[in-house]
Amino acid sequence: MKLYCLSGHPTLPCNVLKFKSTTIMLDCGLDTTSVLNFLPLPLVHSPRLSKLPGWISKDGTINLEKELKECAGRVFVDSQPEFCLPEKELLDLSTIDVILISNYHCMMALPYITEHTGFTGTVYATEPTLQIGRLLMEELVNFMERVPKAQSATSWKNKDMQRLLPGPLKDAVDVWTWKRCYGIQEVNSALSRVQLVGYSQKVELFGAVQVSPLSSGYSLGSSNWIIQSHHEKVAYVSGSSLLTTHPQPMDQSSLKNSDVLILTGLTQMPTANPDGMLGEFCSNLAMTIRAGGNVLVPCYSSGVIYDLLECLYQFIDSANLGTTPFYFISPVANSSLEFSQIFAEWLCHNKQTKVYLPEPPFPHAELIQTNKLKHYPSIHGDFSSDFRQPCVVFTGHPSLRFGDVVHFMELWGKSGLNTIIFTEPDFSYLDALAPYQPLAMKCVYCPIDTRLNFHQVAKLLKEVQPLHVVCPEQYTQPPMTQSHRSDLMLELQPPPMPYRRCSVLNLPFRRRYERVYILPELAHSLVPTEVKPGVSIATVSAVLHSKDNKHTLQSVPKPPPVPPTKKRKRVMEEPPVAPKPLLSGAVPLEAFLATLQMHGITEVKVEETADGHILHLQAEDTLIQLEEDGTHIVCDNNEPLRTTLRDLVLRFLQKL
Amino acid sequence: MSLCVDLLSACVFLQGAGQDVGRSCILVSIGGKNIMLDCGMHMGYNDDRRFPDFSYVTQNGRLTDFLDCVIISHFHLDHCGALPYMSEMVGYDGPIYMTHPTKAICPILLEDFRKITVDKKGETNFFTSQMIKDCMKKVVPLNLHQTVQVDDELEIKAYYAGHVLGAAMVYIKVGSESVVYTGDYNMTPDRHLGAAWIDKCRPDILISESTYATTIRDSKRCRERDFLKKVHESIERGGKVLIPVFALGRAQELCILLETFWERMNLKAPIYFSTGMTEKANHYYKLFITWTNQKIRKTFVQRNMFEFKHIKAFDRSYADNPGPMVVFATPGMLHAGQSLQIFKKWAGNEKNMVIMPGYCVQGTIGHKILNGQRKLEMEGRATLDVKLQVEYMSFSAHADAKGIMQLIRMAEPRNMLLVHGEAAKMEFLKGKIEQEFSIDCYMPANGETVTVKTNPSVPVDMSVNLLKREMALGGPLPDPKKPRSMHGTLIMKESSLKLVSSEQALKELGLNEHQLRFTCRVPLQDPHSDSETLHRIYTHLKSLLKGYTIQHLPDGTVMVESIVIKVSSSAEDANAKILLLSWSYQDEDLGSFLSSVLKKGLPKM
Repeated sequence: MKLYCLSGHPTLPCNVLKFKSTTIMLDCGLDTTSVLNFLPLPLVHSPRLSKLPGWISKDGTINLEKELKECAGRVFVDSQPEFCLPEKELLDLSTIDVILISNYHCMMALPYITEHTGFTGTVYATEPTLQIGRLLMEELVNFMERVPKAQSATSWKNKDMQRLLPGPLKDAVDVWTWKRCYGIQEVNSALSRVQLVGYSQKVELFGAVQVSPLSSGYSLGSSNWIIQSHHEKVAYVSGSSLLTTHPQPMDQSSLKNSDVLILTGLTQMPTANPDGMLGEFCSNLAMTIRAGGNVLVPCYSSGVIYDLLECLYQFIDSANLGTTPFYFISPVANSSLEFSQIFAEWLCHNKQTKVYLPEPPFPHAELIQTNKLKHYPSIHGDFSSDFRQPCVVFTGHPSLRFGDVVHFMELWGKSGLNTIIFTEPDFSYLDALAPYQPLAMKCVYCPIDTRLNFHQVAKLLKEVQPLHVVCPEQYTQPPMTQSHRSDLMLELQPPPMPYRRCSVLNLPFRRRYERVYILPELAHSLVPTEVKPGVSIATVSAVLHSKDNKHTLQSVPKPPPVPPTKKRKRVMEEPPVAPKPLLSGAVPLEAFLATLQMHGITEVKVEETADGHILHLQAEDTLIQLEEDGTHIVCDNNEPLRTTLRDLVLRFLQKL
Repeated sequence: MSLCVDLLSACVFLQGAGQDVGRSCILVSIGGKNIMLDCGMHMGYNDDRRFPDFSYVTQNGRLTDFLDCVIISHFHLDHCGALPYMSEMVGYDGPIYMTHPTKAICPILLEDFRKITVDKKGETNFFTSQMIKDCMKKVVPLNLHQTVQVDDELEIKAYYAGHVLGAAMVYIKVGSESVVYTGDYNMTPDRHLGAAWIDKCRPDILISESTYATTIRDSKRCRERDFLKKVHESIERGGKVLIPVFALGRAQELCILLETFWERMNLKAPIYFSTGMTEKANHYYKLFITWTNQKIRKTFVQRNMFEFKHIKAFDRSYADNPGPMVVFATPGMLHAGQSLQIFKKWAGNEKNMVIMPGYCVQGTIGHKILNGQRKLEMEGRATLDVKLQVEYMSFSAHADAKGIMQLIRMAEPRNMLLVHGEAAKMEFLKGKIEQEFSIDCYMPANGETVTVKTNPSVPVDMSVNLLKREMALGGPLPDPKKPRSMHGTLIMKESSLKLVSSEQALKELGLNEHQLRFTCRVPLQDPHSDSETLHRIYTHLKSLLKGYTIQHLPDGTVMVESIVIKVSSSAEDANAKILLLSWSYQDEDLGSFLSSVLKKGLPKM
């Protein structure tokens, strides 16, 4: 069993597991942090961005002023943003049988994998994962396509060129493999391969392996996966949460007793408490509004935003924000809000019971109904006429490189009254803000990451007791910025097996048994004998049938009756016979002699040897050599006697 | 200890639902587990016969001890109406499984029915509101395709059945035995629901409803067209149309039907839905939109099919408004409430029409007018002349014969059991099934028990080494003419069954191997040198035995598989040879065969 690691990003994993002749891709994460190296894509012409100076190396030898722009001491690529894809060279992607998706954030690279690679397999995901994943992909495509950029910068990617660039561009890895965003057709085609699954559904793959998603508690429809055969079990844990937010709680017990547990998607903010962050979010928001400023919340269109809205629903009146408009701007804002209300089965118990009343499970329905929350597909159209300030705007993309958020950064960045509150943990806020410097707007960083922290994961692993743990190498050492915090890493016995991008791990277990089925007819014919107290054995002679990786044993068919022909011929066609079983035990001398006597063999001369006895059957001129671990019958030209002796010896032995 | 492979059997006991469309309640015993499938009530009776007779079970103890679980297929009262009676009055505390929509809607229908029976008809000995609530607390919601482990051995899995919102078929498995119960299902998508689907799960028994066992459905579209035509005609001539419905289920389907028709025909006459339940009922559909059909699910963000443009809330004063209108009013059998009030108002005008879209219980006004009664006695000795048109239309979504056959093809059961249908129709279908699929088909009556023999295979754990060796030897394709038999040892320890090679079995059990060998001297007259004789033996055997490894070794032996043959000549007569054959017990058959062959001598040159 092998694990191929195609992504180095611990929360956006992409691994391939080879297990019992199946090739299973676990998640398909797209590392979008690469876009931080690019200039933002403004929705309307931005004089500031267009006036940024081009970059020329200090000695003047390299001139990339068309491709690279400088802003506040940082260099950005002036081109459509590109993503860092999972590694495509490590193995042939067309050999992948299935892709298991754990949550909608971890499927964004799907079109790159399923399209144009020869992939012909099936993708498994839950219904919310598919629907919301589709929304996020559509949003991404929309963000990119509505502000097309003619220029595509490639010269800077030249190895010799990149080496001479200032950081962090210089250190960016595999830049030549970075790709532009896919199109809507690729999204549709990729998603048409998705087969929906429910929690705890057992999906058979080629009869060899069974996979099953389990609730992971992180987002709507998010799942961990169990990949198992009758004797081996791999648990894949990705993006799980033990906090009570909106999704169904995490199913921990089903992860128990796995041979290997692949652990990804831990919190990216191990030191930030989500509840504390939520409180900070609310108080900063209220403070800014009261002072007459606007609040900008860059966020994804699904996920934590539901919790933020629910928190605000309870907070608005107490904070006297009843008249402040809340805007949610995204091409998929409406769909996201609507979809969240129809997945009752995937929600926590509290929200489920609401549906029985029947009431919408999320209170943002009421915020919309009472006009406190309004949603728009973009800043164009209705929004521009409804827009009132001061207000709170939720919009994407959290990288601040594309989407409507770019517009609000340009609009509000110059005023110290306004505040930007970062809640998504995927991007460093300083890097996100870099191309907007200098900035007067206040910045508040309250990343809310509900995924497991190191303390929780240690407890979880103690409970579920996997034999081996595999995890990204980042989890085996403290974060670089907090190298003294040994509590911010995984310490396990035996130590976890770390992986990085392009690692190929041999997973440490050997398959020893396989499930086969004995057909009833054969089972009835078996004769068990007890060899030890509580242990019985039966010899099995059978025909093995293997079909679709399922094995059955059935009785050996009786040979068809031989048609009566000439005797000579019949002898020649004597059927090949199955080997006889092994024997065990010993033949005791006295008892054997007594048995011989009972069968009329009385003239026996016994001779003692170093290892046992030699019996000389004088009348029959036959020798039997009896030893502890063997019996040798020397008998000439007397087949009936030989078979009699054979059967007498066998009486004392155990067949295996 | 011995290997236990009883011919186990699954046993199905019918409480209701056998050859009758009344109430469904089926007991299944499979692999030592007892499961109750549905717990329905018979709407046609007012006495004890209304509920299933649980004494079959309770005479031997409590229901809770006997049943491992109860599964409800959908919210219709003929499938869940006796649930509070069973759980609270007879007494059952174990798990009750149903899907989320069923869990949401079933208590509302139960409460509705309770009100009618107790409050209006004044019956006692019926369950209370509190009992409904207590009963629902025992419900565990089921998700589609989720495998629920009821206990270590019993697992159940729900499939989409289509019949009504949240209807499910259920797959029940214990060990290697399994049963599928369909509940009511529908194999063709309708206006708001999708088609039933199941995977090739090859159950030992498929228990299927057979309401429309003989109908081949052309009919649903026709009935819809008929319905729309009738409503339209009535509106055109300025009449009022009353459609008595229960708030959930058929009502929504008819609303969608009228809504789209109004839109298409650009009709202006108002459509009303009686107050109270309307909003709430439609809300269930909006929240459980994932249970509706593909089309509705796809478009729900842009346009929720259950937000009706043309259908408005009804106010009792509207009944006297002049001009045409269509009103959906509860309850569905015209026995009380708003539908009855409106009926009284409109009954006298022959331009008006009442359309009964469902079954009516005996004694209700609905039942009377459907039977053609034209003069109704009302309270206070008043009589009501019924002049308006009375129409009956059945819209229930059940599988027809074609659908049932389709489901059998999907699931590939080993046995078939028909319930929830009329005996004569079932007989016809039974014949068809037995003919087409050559499987046994049963159609038990109420109170009858069907026992079906299942014949489970025995799962064992085979050592991978042995399996791989066998698979490598067997080649990629098995040859049916020459089956290769394999040999191994089955070790039975506690509950584990392991099949390993004999060598491994010796090792694992700590046993010594005992070698049993035979040596046989065969005299032979052959006027050649020893080595030539040996060679002649070699060529002789080579021509005689195909498919065996025969070697002529340089040390002066011939080996057939592992049987050793040597030649020596006697000192006196160089032509009198002695062949020495030696073989182990494992090669006994071949060894004995060779000795008999060689005794016959070698062929003349």
